[in-house]
Amino acid sequence: MSVDSVFVHKMWNDHELSKMVKGGVPFPMLSDGGGKVGTAYGVYDEGAGVENRGRFIIDPDGVIQAFEVLTPPVGRHVSETLRQIQAYQLVRKSKGTEATPSGWKPGKMTLKPGPELVGRVWEVWKTSMEAD
Amino acid sequence: MAEKPKVGCARPTGGLVGQPEARQEQQTSQPTKEVRTMIQVGKPAPDFAAPAYHKGEFTSVKLSDHLGKWVVLCFYPGDFTFV
Repeated sequence: MSVDSVFVHKMWNDHELSKMVKGGVPFPMLSDGGGKVGTAYGVYDEGAGVENRGRFIIDPDGVIQAFEVLTPPVGRHVSETLRQIQAYQLVRKSKGTEATPSGWKPGKMTLKPGPELVGRVWEVWKTSMEAD
Repeated sequence: MAEKPKVGCARPTGGLVGQPEARQEQQTSQPTKEVRTMIQVGKPAPDFAAPAYHKGEFTSVKLSDHLGKWVVLCFYPGDFTFV
């Protein structure tokens, strides 16, 4: 979503983005002329008249689980967004009985919060597990 | 995805669902500031409807039509920007 019209979205997709991604942008490119939606989401810069790089993960109940907002010159890291969605999906599937520690990705161990884990995370989770 | 909007010369735009019309907001300078604090993790995402371009068609997207699915909503400064 940006403040550009759908006409400009079409031009950008057809003339540039479709040369980067085969078949063009696979998801809808939304138009927010005037920045009303961006204002509600706290990403519209009134002075510049454009929206910052906001990214919101919204769950199946319509609840915002995560967001990230960057100023224009720095791009996002898409795989981090995917990792966060995978983590939220796992937590949701476990009905909140599991939590994903720092650096978690699919296949890595989760934590099961409860009285017996209090003060003992250091035994099961090492800082070296954050990286890789 | 909702109904297909007519393609005219006017530049279509969207807005929040259930919010007062823009002209009401122009009467005072306050209302635009009010909605700015709506965002919080763990809280409902403000519903909106917006015109869209998708696979060669002009269409319209309403957030609440996607309940039951995970949604990633991305904002960016503008088409043809570089990053």
